[in-house]
Amino acid sequence: MAVQVREDSPAPRAPAKKKKADWPWRLSFAACTAPLFWLAGRALRADLGADPVAEVLNRLGLYTLSVLLASMACTPLQIAFGWKWPLRVRRMVGLWAFAYAVLHFFTYAGIDQGLAFAEIWKDVLKRNFITAGFAAFLILLALAVTTPAAIMRRLGYRRWKRLHRLVYAAGVLGCIHFLWRFKLKEPQPKAYLAVLALLLLVRAVGWVRGRAASRAREGPRVRPGSV
Amino acid sequence: MRRLRPWEAASSEITPRGTYLRRREFLRLGAVGAGAALLGGSRAFARGGPAHGEKLAAVQPGPRQFDTDEKKTPFDDIASYNNFYEFGTDKDDPLRNAGSLKVRPWTVAFEGEIKKPQTIDIDALQKMFPLEERIYRMRCVEAWSMVIPWDGWPLGELIRKLEPTSRAKYVAFQTLYDPQQMPGQRSGGGIQYPYVEGLRMDEAMHPLALFAFGLYGEALPKQDGAPVRLVVPWKYGFKGIKSIVKVRFQETQPPTTWNLYGGGVEYGFYANVNPEVDHPRWSQARERRIGELLRRKTLPFNGYADQVASLYSGMDLRKFF
Repeated sequence: MAVQVREDSPAPRAPAKKKKADWPWRLSFAACTAPLFWLAGRALRADLGADPVAEVLNRLGLYTLSVLLASMACTPLQIAFGWKWPLRVRRMVGLWAFAYAVLHFFTYAGIDQGLAFAEIWKDVLKRNFITAGFAAFLILLALAVTTPAAIMRRLGYRRWKRLHRLVYAAGVLGCIHFLWRFKLKEPQPKAYLAVLALLLLVRAVGWVRGRAASRAREGPRVRPGSV
Repeated sequence: MRRLRPWEAASSEITPRGTYLRRREFLRLGAVGAGAALLGGSRAFARGGPAHGEKLAAVQPGPRQFDTDEKKTPFDDIASYNNFYEFGTDKDDPLRNAGSLKVRPWTVAFEGEIKKPQTIDIDALQKMFPLEERIYRMRCVEAWSMVIPWDGWPLGELIRKLEPTSRAKYVAFQTLYDPQQMPGQRSGGGIQYPYVEGLRMDEAMHPLALFAFGLYGEALPKQDGAPVRLVVPWKYGFKGIKSIVKVRFQETQPPTTWNLYGGGVEYGFYANVNPEVDHPRWSQARERRIGELLRRKTLPFNGYADQVASLYSGMDLRKFF
């Protein structure tokens, strides 16, 4: 039976000091920061085009969704290939998704809308794509706030886990936010939706297998060669 | 360098309202100071600007009462930030892809309810009336705006010459259809090509409505609608149909591309700039002038209400949006 980290075990932490350098973690961290440096570089070279506010806003939105999907890909990667490093980086990548969401939101509220709160509130209530994006942002906020181990302990692990499953809702809402933003039928949001669907499918398969495995442990029926 | 006209010096001495506003904007931006720093100096082009068109001969200043004295949007921005879906849907696609458009030879066909239907060569068309410079605001339906010095002549002058019949109630315009030259026409994204637009006869005859052949005293860049495009400054930018090959006069209201798309949810026939009628996905109350950081209020009829509001008296502009 292949080793599978059980769904309800706490997220493994980055290894303590004096251990071997955790290269997957370092590389993942670098990958999460790269888009930010790239965007800042373009800004410093004054190379953001005629409407830099829209460009920064749209780029940050794209990075948010990309990093969010990357964080949601960690467990599926572990299920599909048996790798353990994705689980070590999952929390860090998820927090980066939240960081990009914060930058995206404050570019929208602070610069694009110039802190015109009445207009922003009207947008949130009236425009479906902004409603979806704002809801996703609130979910990510709740997940980020409840990240520290102390809060996890206080919530109780089961409740914490249930709360953090909301990341799927955030992923779906984020993709819808992206999809509805466009005037025309654009291919890119559909590609993101397809990735999300694939990730959900792998998790569903993992869940079914996990249940089969635990039933096999408990019940008399042992499936030969079960995973 | 473009020669300055006598009245231009005067307007440039006034501190533009935008500059004054921007000072306050930066104060308000304390909340996002780092972001503001990142956004500074946006209009410089690190990789060299877009190509300029041929210099136009003998452009005269137009009637000054139509000109705005707001700061003109730099050429590089006007020629690199375009909505021209025939060349792709990203703002920088038209600059990248419009090279495949052949603007000579080119003819424009005038047909329908006119006494003198004819097809006119583009060079002859351009010379039919003296080119005037008109400095207009351009308000895109996507809530951004520019100030553009167009070179063209009033469409109404041409229409008078074509002698419309009493049945000519509307004018229908059509963009070139040639997926070889316009690769975006192959992957429509739900849009039907060729792009079509229309005006009511009195709108088309209005002295503000322009057939533009250039901007900043140079032939139109292809991505801005070369060789000839419509400019109707009190309407959203998409009404200003580009690369026109056909103009038809007719009794019935013609279909328009953005009205055909998605069952009419995008925009209606009139598409007058109206801060009180929202787009389904965003508010039209404010706009970002390209080159400025924070939004400014959108004006009814894009600031041309004095000239054009009377065309629509008695019409419910919430219904006829």
